[in-house]
Amino acid sequence: MYHIILFAPLLAAIIAGFGWRVISEKGAQFLTTGSVILAAFLSWIAFITADSGLQIITIARWIDSGSMVADWAIRVDMLTNVMLVVITTVSALVHLYSFGYMDNDPQWRKGEVYKPRFFAYLSFFTFAMLMLVTADNLVQMFFGWEGVGVASYLLIGFYWRKPTAGAAAMKAFIVNRVGDFGFALGIFALFLLTDSVDFTTIFGEVGHLAATTINFLGMELPALEVVGFLLFIGAMGKSAQLLLHTWLPDAMEGPTPVSALIHAATMVTAGVFLVCRMSPIFEEAIYASAFITTIGAITAFFAATVGLVQNDIKRVIAYSTCSQLGYMFVAAGVGFYQAAMFHLFTHAAFKAMLFLGAGSVIHAMHHEQDMRNYGGLRHKIPKTFWAMMLGTLAITGVGIPFSYDLIGLPIGFAGFVSKDAIIEGAFAGHAYFAFTALVVAALFTSFYSWRLMFLTFYGKPRGDQHTHDHAHESPWVMTVPLGVLAIGAVFAGMLYYNSFVGHDAEEFFGDAIGGPAVVELHAEAGDAVDDGHGEVVADGHAGDEHADDSVLHSYHYVPSWVKLAPFIAMLAGLGIAYQLYIRSPQTPARLGAALPGLYRFLLNKWYFDEIYDVLFVRSSKWLGRFLWRKGDGAVIDGGINGLAMGIIPFLTRIAGRAQSGYVFHYAFAMIAGLVAIITWFAIRGAS
Amino acid sequence: MLSENLTIVLPELLLAGYAMAALMFGVFMGKDRQAELILYGTVVVLAVLALMIGVRPEGTHVAFNGAFVDDGFSRFAKVTLLLGSAVMLLLSREYLKRHDLMKFEFPVLIALASVGMMMMVSAGDLMSLYMGLELQSLALYVVAAFRRDSLRSTEAGLKYFVLGALSSGLLLYGASFVYGYTGTTVFSGISAVIVEEGVSMGLLIGLVFMTTGLAFKISAAPFHMWTPDVYEGSPTPVTAFFATAPKVAAAGMFARVMLDGFGGAVADWQQILTFLAILSMFIGSIAAIGQTNIKRLMAYSSIGHMGFALVGLAAGTQAGVAALLIYLAVYVVMNVGTFTFILNMERDGRPITDISALNQYSSVAPGRAFALAILMFSLAGIPPMLGFFSKYYVFSAAVDAGLIWLAVLGVVASVIGAFYYLRIIKLMYFGEEVDPLTGRMPVTHRVALALSSAALLLGAFVQMFGVEALATQAAASLFN
Repeated sequence: MYHIILFAPLLAAIIAGFGWRVISEKGAQFLTTGSVILAAFLSWIAFITADSGLQIITIARWIDSGSMVADWAIRVDMLTNVMLVVITTVSALVHLYSFGYMDNDPQWRKGEVYKPRFFAYLSFFTFAMLMLVTADNLVQMFFGWEGVGVASYLLIGFYWRKPTAGAAAMKAFIVNRVGDFGFALGIFALFLLTDSVDFTTIFGEVGHLAATTINFLGMELPALEVVGFLLFIGAMGKSAQLLLHTWLPDAMEGPTPVSALIHAATMVTAGVFLVCRMSPIFEEAIYASAFITTIGAITAFFAATVGLVQNDIKRVIAYSTCSQLGYMFVAAGVGFYQAAMFHLFTHAAFKAMLFLGAGSVIHAMHHEQDMRNYGGLRHKIPKTFWAMMLGTLAITGVGIPFSYDLIGLPIGFAGFVSKDAIIEGAFAGHAYFAFTALVVAALFTSFYSWRLMFLTFYGKPRGDQHTHDHAHESPWVMTVPLGVLAIGAVFAGMLYYNSFVGHDAEEFFGDAIGGPAVVELHAEAGDAVDDGHGEVVADGHAGDEHADDSVLHSYHYVPSWVKLAPFIAMLAGLGIAYQLYIRSPQTPARLGAALPGLYRFLLNKWYFDEIYDVLFVRSSKWLGRFLWRKGDGAVIDGGINGLAMGIIPFLTRIAGRAQSGYVFHYAFAMIAGLVAIITWFAIRGAS
Repeated sequence: MLSENLTIVLPELLLAGYAMAALMFGVFMGKDRQAELILYGTVVVLAVLALMIGVRPEGTHVAFNGAFVDDGFSRFAKVTLLLGSAVMLLLSREYLKRHDLMKFEFPVLIALASVGMMMMVSAGDLMSLYMGLELQSLALYVVAAFRRDSLRSTEAGLKYFVLGALSSGLLLYGASFVYGYTGTTVFSGISAVIVEEGVSMGLLIGLVFMTTGLAFKISAAPFHMWTPDVYEGSPTPVTAFFATAPKVAAAGMFARVMLDGFGGAVADWQQILTFLAILSMFIGSIAAIGQTNIKRLMAYSSIGHMGFALVGLAAGTQAGVAALLIYLAVYVVMNVGTFTFILNMERDGRPITDISALNQYSSVAPGRAFALAILMFSLAGIPPMLGFFSKYYVFSAAVDAGLIWLAVLGVVASVIGAFYYLRIIKLMYFGEEVDPLTGRMPVTHRVALALSSAALLLGAFVQMFGVEALATQAAASLFN
């Protein structure tokens, strides 16, 4: 079954990509979509019927060189199953949605064939992503990791006629290179330490490695901290965390279905998945985990602030994605991997829906993306409006506070359940800075999400009148995926709360999180869960290693105000947005004029791109130009050309002239050679 | 005692007897009318002898007080050179007929040269060595000038003769030094003296002179100057013959003299051979770039290839000698294929040797062009052709023997040399349109071309047809 899930998309991608002339354009679309729907169907069966045990299906030996052994294998545990469901479901819906969205795309000239390529890329992406999450060893995971990178590059640059799309694709690829370098170093370090890249072996060694040090950049550092740090660098690149986040907003140059699939629901969560997959290591890497928490919190806050003022509908959602990924990393950083996975799961549903909804709006508005030109669309495109509304309710975290304490199950939209779990977890994990940042970010999230809703669907129509007149609801292939995702956005949280972070969590995930060793330790730790083990994460000094594990239990017992905080933040955000965009729509402009510095700072995304341009881009371009012109052009080409076109022909001419045809010249050469050898020995003497 | 000796030299006796009988038969039974019969007869005899030697009992047998040695090494060399002679002789039939050269002396001379070559690789004594060498050389001088009405052919024969005489003189002079300083001409005796007394200056001078003479025979630089002129001037079948069997014989003899006779002086002759090898590789590569005549080009190619072969010998180890033998075997196959092609380069009945005639040849005869392309790739040493592996073995032997710089220079030279091989491929596939070659190709030639290129292409996947193992065994017999 897993074979089909994994390889059906690949097969479809190959056939559609190379053979669409045979099976026709429509055939390619149906084939890829069908194969991914099949994979999604099987994934759900696998997910529902799965137990928490670990299953490894070896397909073939890949690398066998000395002690370096890597298989193509499928590692199935609950982490894998969750990811399979998320990936294949969103992918299937996005495939379906693309039928409508990519039809008659104005980017292409009449008669140009682009759809088979698009669908083949989507299916290839799905395969690579599945490869990533089913990997049984780090090398295979890296293969999938790079595979999704390639697919992302191809899809961001899909509108290759647009120079900005090409630039965005390159930016995504290059920024990811930085992260991948860290990831690769992490793999090298683990191989160096354990002589293996296999997960099972590595996790079995963690106990020994905890006390080991490794020489890194000339310093003796704790081995697992270094490994954790390096792996997280990789995760930062893929998941667009602060410092390596700049590619994600630009990636919105790609078609909207791509943004929904790759840059919201699946690929960008690969970093979170990596940290969860390597949780046995991060359990022991206290400082690295603290670093993750900090970066995640700052990203959540930073991205939310930038989201406040963006005008491009897709960019707002992109920054929101960036911010939500920060939440997940905070959870992973405090050792609450279950919540990270839970939020990943629910976020995939409502964020994919928001993107697809935005795509529907863009489609309706003839590819207009600036929200300032929207307004009053809720009557024109009611289905899209309701979908977006549910998505917004989910992301802002609407629900009934304290419902868990009353009935043992939180009642609310998906985002409410998973996000509040993270915020409470951050508090329970004593990461107070992260807690504060997340609550503030929740306020901002609520504000920009409602701002998006109000600007788009309420008020008076702005912008081009003609476009508004012709705004139309999208075809069913686009609204059905919205409906399916809406179910997820509403119910996914409540339905799976107990499995992911509730009282079934340990049983649900089994050894997939934390690894087998930790479960044993946990049993020893017994009930001593909520008496301050967790300080280490916040304060950053060494402490009890079971502290992380306790968050799963202790987050239920945080003070009431902590539980209420995100809810209040949500209400505040909603209130402000309502005030600014419904009650007095002229205020935002005045506010912007009153605080020009802050406004520009946020609008220009904290000037990260400008700083990077000065620091890295220009200097590397200069270096590249120097090496190209001087190094390659003058030295290498010059040297080779000089040798090949100057010196060798010169020698050839000499040799030709020596070959005079006269016997006495030839005899002379022989004697000269003889004399030379004799002279050599006469001077050197016999050895 | 005598009968034992005669048993050991039986193949040589048979071939010598056959050559004389064939000569008589030709003279008395109608001269050139019997030429074809004698040619076929010679081919059969050479092939049968190769088979006979191939199945001879293993082990080392010494005859005539050490003057003649029959061991694994000599058997390997003999089988290679006899098969090379037989194939080249068979393939020259068409050309000889077409160009009115079908004379009965030709196969007889080849047979005599083969006897000489067999002697050379089996020589265990300076006297028998010279005897074999001279027998071979005299026959070759004559065949070089075989087209008597052609100025170039006679010039080639004369040049070869004069310079060959000089080299023989040098060799003999060196031999007299060796005899003078060791008191013996038997290799084992020379070797024993070196082990006991070391290498005296006089002996070293003898060694240098002898090496010079031997280097001439394998056309190693700077004793190579005759090669391009002789290759170009001789009739093509003769050139083809020069490029195959005599090279194997001379290189085999070289190895035996160095290892059997001067095995105690490796450090000395290693320097000489390194010098010869570097010079040959570079001259072979660089000078060939300027050539437009494919026969001259192949002459430089053979100079360069002998340089590579000498790298293996210069290593002075068993692996080096095995690499040398593998190199020679592969080299013979490559040359058989290439010269089979060259034999058929004709336009309207006139032989063409200018490489510009190969322009766009792939559209004239795609199959032949492909086969030649494989041969050229192999000559250039590009994997997975056997030419790559034979180079690889000599270089790795040199590296193992500590001659890393020699190997590096060899690789550099082979990069330079790749240019002119690849240029032929470029001409055939991407050249401009010219008057196409019109030569038709007889079946035997097609088979030879197809087999040789297929062997080079696929040989690496079948352990080189066992040649590798045989060469290793053969090399072992020089080291015990």
